[in-house]
Amino acid sequence: MADAEVSNVKTLQVKRFKPSENPKSTFFSEEKGLWAWMTTVDHKKIGLMYLGSVALFFLLGGALALLLRTELLTPAKTFIEADTYNQFFTLHGAIMVFFVLIPSIPAALGNFVLPMQLGAKDVAFPRLNLASFYIYVVGAIFTFIALANNGLDTGWTFYTPYSTGSTSSVVWVTLGVFILGFSSILTGTNFITTVHKLRAPGITWGKLPLNIWALYATSIIQVLATPVLAITVLLLTMERTLGIGIFDPALGGDPVLFQHFFWFYSHPAVYIMIVPGFGIISEVITAFSKKHIFGYWAIALSSLAIAFIGFLVWGHHMFTSGQSAVATTIFSFLTFLVGIPTGIKILNWVATLYKGSIEMKTPMLYVFMFLFLFSIGGFTGIMLGSLSADIHLHDTYYVVAHFHYVMMGGTLIALLAGLHYWWPKMTGKMYNETQGKIAAFLIFVGFNMTFLPQFIMGSQGMPRRYYNYIDQFTPFHQTSTIGSYVLGVGFLLIAYYLFRSIFSDERAPSNPWNSRGLEWQSTSPPDLHNFDHTPVVIHGPYDYHKPMEEFQLGLAASHNGHGGHGHGESVEVTTETEKA
Amino acid sequence: MANQTSSHPAHVHHHFVDSDQQFDTAKMGMWVFLVNEILFFGGLFCAYIVYRTWYPELFSEAAHELNTLWGAVNTVVLIGSSLTVAMAIRSAQKNQTKGLKINLLITIALACVFMVIKGFEYSHKFHLGIFPGEYYTFTGIEHPQANIFFSIYYMLTGVHALHVLVGIGLITWIYLRARKGEFSSEYYTPVEITGLYWHLVDLIWIFLFPLLYLIE
Repeated sequence: MADAEVSNVKTLQVKRFKPSENPKSTFFSEEKGLWAWMTTVDHKKIGLMYLGSVALFFLLGGALALLLRTELLTPAKTFIEADTYNQFFTLHGAIMVFFVLIPSIPAALGNFVLPMQLGAKDVAFPRLNLASFYIYVVGAIFTFIALANNGLDTGWTFYTPYSTGSTSSVVWVTLGVFILGFSSILTGTNFITTVHKLRAPGITWGKLPLNIWALYATSIIQVLATPVLAITVLLLTMERTLGIGIFDPALGGDPVLFQHFFWFYSHPAVYIMIVPGFGIISEVITAFSKKHIFGYWAIALSSLAIAFIGFLVWGHHMFTSGQSAVATTIFSFLTFLVGIPTGIKILNWVATLYKGSIEMKTPMLYVFMFLFLFSIGGFTGIMLGSLSADIHLHDTYYVVAHFHYVMMGGTLIALLAGLHYWWPKMTGKMYNETQGKIAAFLIFVGFNMTFLPQFIMGSQGMPRRYYNYIDQFTPFHQTSTIGSYVLGVGFLLIAYYLFRSIFSDERAPSNPWNSRGLEWQSTSPPDLHNFDHTPVVIHGPYDYHKPMEEFQLGLAASHNGHGGHGHGESVEVTTETEKA
Repeated sequence: MANQTSSHPAHVHHHFVDSDQQFDTAKMGMWVFLVNEILFFGGLFCAYIVYRTWYPELFSEAAHELNTLWGAVNTVVLIGSSLTVAMAIRSAQKNQTKGLKINLLITIALACVFMVIKGFEYSHKFHLGIFPGEYYTFTGIEHPQANIFFSIYYMLTGVHALHVLVGIGLITWIYLRARKGEFSSEYYTPVEITGLYWHLVDLIWIFLFPLLYLIE
C-alpha cells in the first residue's frame, strides 16, 4: 500500500501450487506433545482446543437437559427435588449459552478457518488468541466452583432482585461470566484486525468468503456488546458484596435497569451465536451445489445489517416488565425489521440451490435441516415480537421452543454442518458417511419431536421453568422427553464416528468436496504455516465455473518466509491483481 | 498487502509480511480494544444518566461533598501525563532514547500523583462515613437516596482508578524495555499503543470530572 499513489495495480509473478495429497509435515506432526499444545500460538491448535472444550461443555449441558426432560415425564415429582430442578435448568442455560453457543463457531471453527480463508499464516495477535483460550478456561473454573459450592438457581439471566438475594453462589458464576467476556472480546478484536490487515494478495472485500463476512459482523457485536455485559455483571457482583443499590428499589435503584443492561448484551449475543452459523451455511451450500452464491453482497451486507439492528431490539425481552408503552411499540417494530435481512439470507440460499448440482453429503443435509428449522424459529420470533401475542406467550414453553429452534435448530445445526464440512481439513481423516446420514436423521427427528410439542403446550399456557404441571400437558411433555432421548442418541452417534475417524486409516484428500474455498488449497491437515507459499487470489470464493488450477496460485518469488523451495510445478500465469 | 517479503527484522513476528503491516495491525487492534473500553464505561455512564434524571436535586446536592479543587488538580495532572506520553512517542520516533525514558518516568510519576490524590479523597470520604451502598452512614445529605450517587461515584472513579493502575504497570514495563534499548525509530509499536491506552484513560477522566465534580 506504500506505493498506492503511484498506481493501484501491481503485477505479481505467480505460479501454481497444487496441494500435496501426502504431506510430509502437518501441524500435527510439528510441535508435538502436551506442553507444545498448551503453549502453542498456532490458531489451528487453539481452535481444536476450543472445539474440545466446547464439546465437553456440550456434553455436560446436554446431560443436564436430559435430566430435566426426564424429571418432566410425570406431572409431579419424578426423581429430583424442585430446588435441584431449578439449579439444573439454570446451569443448562448458562452452560449452553456462555460456554457452548457463544464460543462454538467463532472461537472453535472460526479460529481454525478464518486465517486460512484469508490466506494468512495466523490471526493478527496469536499470543492474545492463546490468552483468550486460557481466560475461557479460568471462567470455566469459576463456574465449576459455583457448581461444587451451592450451585446456581437464578436462571441464566440472573434477574435482580432474586439474584441479589439468592443463597446460591451467584458471585462465582457472575465473575466467571465476567472473565469469559474478555475471552470473547479478545477473540473479536483479533478477528476484526485479522480481516482488515492480514488478507493475502488479491483478496479484496468483494472476494472475502461469506464466512469471513459473518465472522466479521459477529466480531463487531462481540466487541460492542460484551463490555456492557461485563459492567452489568460487575455491578451485580458489587450489589451482592457491597449492596451498592443500583438495582435495588429499597435503596433507590431499579431492577428493570438490570434487565435493560442485561439484554443490551444478551440480545446482540443471540446474533453472536447465529450470525457465524449463517457464514457456515453460505460456505457449505455453495460447495455442495457447485454453484456461485446467489446475491453475494446481499448476504454479506445483511450480516452487518443484522449486527446493527440487533443492537436496537433488546426491549422485546421486557414487554411485560413495565417499560413504557411507547418503548414497547418501537421495540416491537424494530424486532420485525430484523426479519428482513434474515429473510434476504434464506431466500438467497434457496436461490443458490436453483439449478445447482446438489450433492446430498452429510454437511448438506444439515444445511437443509437448518433452512427448515431456522425458518420455523424465525417466524415464531416474529409472532413473539408482536405485542398482543407476546403478552399471552411470554414466559411459556412457546418461548422455550422458539429459542431452541433458533439456537439449536439454527446455530448448533450450522455448527454440525461446519464440523462435518471442515472435519477432513481439521483432522486429515474422513468420517463414515452412512453413519453421518443416520445421525443427521436421528437429530432431525429427535429435535422436532422434542420441541414441536412445546409450541403447542406453550400456546395452551404451560409456563416455562415449572417443576410441576397439570395433567392436560402430560402427552406433550412425554413426547418431548422421548424426543430428547432420540436427540441424545444422535449426538452420541456423531461423537462415536468422529472419534473413530481420528484413529482410522482413511486419509482425507486435500479437497474432498472440490470446494473453491482457499482453505481447501492447503494439505489435509494443513501445514504448520497453513500454506507453503503466499496464496494469491484472482477469483471469488464461489466461482465454481472457473477451473480449479486458477484457485491454486501463489507468489512465485517467496516461500512464505520459512525455508523450503515450494512445490510449484511451473510458472503458469502472470496475472494482474488489484491490490487489497 | 501485496508487499513481498524482503527481509525479516527481529521484531517482526513470523506471520507478518513486514514491519509496517505489523505496526498497522497492532495499532488497529488497540483502537478496537479502546472501542470496547468505551462501551464498558458506557454502561456506568448510562446508569449515571438514568439516576441523574430521576434524582436531579440529589446529584447537585451530593456533588458539594466532592472537592472540586483536588478534582481540578487531578485533571491537570492527567492531562500533563498525556502530554508526556505523547512526547515519549515522539522521542522514540526520533531515536532519542534518553528523552523516551525521561518522559516515561514523568508519566509514571504523574499517574502516581493522581492515585495519591484520589487516595486522599477516598479516605476523607470514608472518614465521614460516605461508604458505597449499604455501608453508607453519612448524615450530611438530606436526600433519602444519597447513597445511590456515591455508589455511582465509587464505581466510576474506582473502575477508572483500576485503569490508571493498569496504565502505571504498562508504562513501567515499556520503561524497562526502553532501558534495554529495545525501541528505536524502526520499532516503537508498544510505546505507541500504550500511549493510545493512556490517552483513553485520561479522556475518561475528562468526562468524569465535570459529570461528578462540577454539577451544582
